[in-house]
Amino acid sequence: MRSYATAEEATVVQLTVNGKAQNIEIDPETPVLWAVREQLGLNGTKFGCGASLCGACTVHIDGEPVRSCVTPLSEAEGKEVTTIEGLAAPDGTLHAVQQAWIKHQVPQCGYCQSGQIMSAVALLQENSDPSDADIDAAMAGNVCRCGMYTRIKAAIKTAAKEA
Amino acid sequence: MVTRAEKKAAKKARRANESFGRKWTRRSFIGAGAVAGLAASGALVVGIAIRPGDRTDELADLVTEGAEQLVTTWVKIAPDNTVTAIIPHGEMGQGIHTALSAMLAEEMEADWDAMEIMEAPAEKEFANFELGREFFFGQSNIPNALFDTVNGLMLTAAKSMDLQITGGSTSVRFTGVGAMMTAGAAARELLLEAASKQWDVPISELRAEKSYIYHGARKAPFAEFAEVAATLKPNLRPELKKRSEYKLLGQSLPRVDIPSKVDGTAIFGIDAQVEGMKYGTVMAAPVHGQSVAKLNTSDAKSMPGVVDIFNMGDYVAVVADGYWQAKQALDYVEVEWTSAETDNVNEETIFAQYAKAIETGKKTVLHKSGNVGKAMESAASLFEAEYRVPYLAHACMEPMNATAWVRDGKCDIWAGTQNPLGTRMVTAKTLEIDPENVTVHTAFMGGGFGRRATPDYTNQAAQVAAKAGVPVKLIWSREETTQQDHYRPSVLGRFRAGLDAEGLPTSWESTFVHKMDPPEASAIFYDIPNVKAQYAESPTHVRLGPWRSVDHTQHGYFTESFIDELAVNADMDGYEFRRKLLKSKPRHLKVLDTAAKMAGWGKNLPAGQAQGISITESFMTIVAEVVTVDMSGGGPRVLHVACAADAGMAINPDGFKAQMESGIIYGLTAALYGEITIADGAVEQSNFHDYSMVRMDDAPKIDVEIISSDASIGGAGEPGTPPIAPAVANAVFKATGKRIRQLPLSRHDFGAAT
Repeated sequence: MRSYATAEEATVVQLTVNGKAQNIEIDPETPVLWAVREQLGLNGTKFGCGASLCGACTVHIDGEPVRSCVTPLSEAEGKEVTTIEGLAAPDGTLHAVQQAWIKHQVPQCGYCQSGQIMSAVALLQENSDPSDADIDAAMAGNVCRCGMYTRIKAAIKTAAKEA
Repeated sequence: MVTRAEKKAAKKARRANESFGRKWTRRSFIGAGAVAGLAASGALVVGIAIRPGDRTDELADLVTEGAEQLVTTWVKIAPDNTVTAIIPHGEMGQGIHTALSAMLAEEMEADWDAMEIMEAPAEKEFANFELGREFFFGQSNIPNALFDTVNGLMLTAAKSMDLQITGGSTSVRFTGVGAMMTAGAAARELLLEAASKQWDVPISELRAEKSYIYHGARKAPFAEFAEVAATLKPNLRPELKKRSEYKLLGQSLPRVDIPSKVDGTAIFGIDAQVEGMKYGTVMAAPVHGQSVAKLNTSDAKSMPGVVDIFNMGDYVAVVADGYWQAKQALDYVEVEWTSAETDNVNEETIFAQYAKAIETGKKTVLHKSGNVGKAMESAASLFEAEYRVPYLAHACMEPMNATAWVRDGKCDIWAGTQNPLGTRMVTAKTLEIDPENVTVHTAFMGGGFGRRATPDYTNQAAQVAAKAGVPVKLIWSREETTQQDHYRPSVLGRFRAGLDAEGLPTSWESTFVHKMDPPEASAIFYDIPNVKAQYAESPTHVRLGPWRSVDHTQHGYFTESFIDELAVNADMDGYEFRRKLLKSKPRHLKVLDTAAKMAGWGKNLPAGQAQGISITESFMTIVAEVVTVDMSGGGPRVLHVACAADAGMAINPDGFKAQMESGIIYGLTAALYGEITIADGAVEQSNFHDYSMVRMDDAPKIDVEIISSDASIGGAGEPGTPPIAPAVANAVFKATGKRIRQLPLSRHDFGAAT
C-alpha cells in the first residue's frame, strides 16, 4: 500500500489544462483525475478503477497518454494536460477520432469512451497507419464493458484514413 | 465527415443533456415547485390501452412547462410544434431513448428530426408496469380482447410493486410496442379528429406527416390542434401501422445519446453537481450480513479534508472535501467486524450445500411434459452430466455512486439507476419520509447490466447525506463495487437424458439450484417429448441480483453444453444433431442454419482451431452463435463469432447489432475469466487485475446477421449473451477433447502452446 502524507500542506500547482493556465491549490499528491473533475469541473474524464487497470481516466500530459487516477498532480506541474473536453478545435469541430466514433456509432453506455478516445488519439499521433496488432497493443489498457471493440478498431482505422 | 443526420442527433442529444443538466442545480428544485402552478389548463387526456383514462391531468404538472400541452402521458407538444417523447426507461447504452422515441414518432407521424426526448420523472404514474405484467403472466401472448382488463389489473399490481425498471430486455418489446406506439397512434388520431372539427372537413380527407396535418394543399402544425385534441376522448385501440408501412422503424437511425458521449459532455450519475456538495466513500462489511463491532477513527479523522466519519451499522462512511481525501482517510479507519457462522463459508461449502439441496431438498417443478420417469425406464441408454457456474459481478465501468441531499423532511437523489421508482420508495422508507418528498433525478448509467436495478448504493447516499447535513456525492471504490455487488448466482445443475437407439433424446430431466427470472430459462425448445425441469432453493448469505439475461446465462450454458454432449455421444455433428431436434421449429432452424452458413460450419481449419455452435431463445429473441477458437497458444483464444438473431423485427438494425456484439463480449468475459469466489465468507476479487475482462487484444471479430420474421418483437440487450459460453466450450471440446463442465475456462489447464 502506498503511504500518504497525512498532514501535508496544500500548495499551488501551476499547469495548463486544455490550453488554459490554471493554478490549483491542492495537495500535490492528489491524482490528476480528481483535480480536473473536482477542482476544474471537467467531468468528461472518468473514474473507473483507481489503479491504472481500466483506462477510463486517460488524459494526455504533454501529448503522452497517462492514467490520471494514479498520476499525482505534481507530475503535471508546468505541463500541458489535455482532457476529452480539449480535443475539439476552438471552433467546435470535433477531432477526427471523435467524428469516426460517431460515424461507427461506437459508444453504448459511453462511460469508458473518453479514455478510449484519448488513447486512440495518442496512438494515431505516434502511428498514422496502425495495424490490427498496433491497435491491440495500444488499446488493451482500455476496458469497454459494453464490448464495443470491433467498432473501436474500425473507428480508429477510419480516423487514420481521414486525418 | 459528420452527416446531416448525425448533426441533428447531436443537437437532439445536446437538448436532452441540457434538460438533465437543468435538474442538477439547486435552483431548479424551487423551479420545479413553481412549474406545478403553471401547468397548462385543460392538459389532457388519453388512456390508450396501456394507460387507462383519467390520469393525465395529474401528470401534466410534472412534465409540462409553460404552455406545452400534454397530449398523452408519453408525448407532449410545445407551441413551437416540437414533439417531446417521454421515455420511462433509463439509458445505459442500449439506445433506448432513440428506439422508443422513434417508435412513438412512427405511429404519430411526428417529425423525427425535430423531436425531443426526456426521461420520465420517477412518479408512480410512469410506473413501467409492462415489466410487471410479464412477471405475472410469463411470456404468453395476451389475447387482444383481454388487453383492457389485463392492463387495468396490471396497473394496480405493478404500481404496488413500485416498478419503473429498465431490465428484462423489456423496453422495446413492451413499453415500445405496448405504450409508445399505441400512444403515438392515439395521439395522431386525436390530432386528426381535432383538425377535422377545427377545419370542418371529414377526417378521412386528412393526413398527418412530419408533425403537420394536411387537407389537400392546406397544412398546419400539430400544435394548432393540441388544445382541441386535449378535450377529446382518445381511442383505446388506435389502428397501428403494418410493418411494411414503417418509415423510421427498421432504419439505422443515429443514436441520440452518442454525440455527448464522444465530446465529454454526457452527464452520468457520477457527474452530478450540487452546490455545497461534499464527497463520501464507504467500506461495508466484507462478509454480507455482518456489522461494525469496533471502530477507531482517530487517525482517519485527522487526515486533511475530512469532514466526518460515520458508523453506519453495516458500513463505515467517510465524508471529505474530495473523493481522494475521503478514500485516503478510509484507508486509515480501523474497523473490526462482528463474526458469525458465515465466516466459515467458502466455495466448497457452498457447492456441498447445493449438492445436498439437489439430492435431498424440496424440489419445485418449473416445466413438465410427458412422463420423464417412464421414458427413462424404457430408454435404450441414459446420459448424465453435472455443470457448475460461479458467482459473477457486473463490473459496470462506472463504479456505484449517488448524490443525495436531505433537508427539511425532503430528499433529492441524483443517480444513474435502472429503477428510479424503487429508489424513491426505498429512500422514503429508509428516511421515514413520504415518497412524495423524495425526488430522483436520473442520468446516464455507465453500465447497468442489472446491477443498477438494486438501489442499495442510492440508499447509502441518502443515509450518509442525512447524517452529514450537506449534499454528499457518495462514490464506491472499484474494490467496493466488486465486493459489494448483488451477484449472478453460482449454480450447480445436474442433467439426465433418456436416449433412443440412435442416441436421440426422448426424455430430459434437469435439477438445479436457484431460480430467479424468467421462469422459461430452463425450458427446452427441442423436440423432446418428455421433459422435467426442477429446482431446489439453496440460499447462502451471498447477495444475488439480476445479471445480463438473468437465469438464461447459466441455463444457456447448461442446456447447450448438454445437447452438445448428447451429439458427441450419438457420434453426430453438433449442428446436424440440433437440426434433427428442431424439425418443428422453423424460426429456430433458420437462425441455426444462418449462423452455420455465416461461419462456414464444417470447413477445414488450421491445426489447433475448431468451431462450436449453440442456439438459445431468451426474451422472445432466438440467437445462434458459431465461434472459432484457436487452442494453439495453450488456452482458448476466440477468433471469430458468427451470430444470427431473429427478434421478429429489429427497430434500429445497427443498434440491434451493437447489442448483440455487446452481449457476446459480456458473455465471453464470463466464459473465459468471470469468477467471483468466496473465502471465509467474503468475496476474494477486488479490481480488474483479479476480475479480468475481455480487452481489445483478446476480443474476437464479430459478425451479426439479423433475421426478420413475422414474430412479435423480441429483446435485444440480453439475448446475445446466453449462447456464447456454450459455443466456446463446445469449440474447445472439439479442439481438445476436453469437455468443460465448469466455467470459467481460465480455471482449466490446456497444457503448453503447440
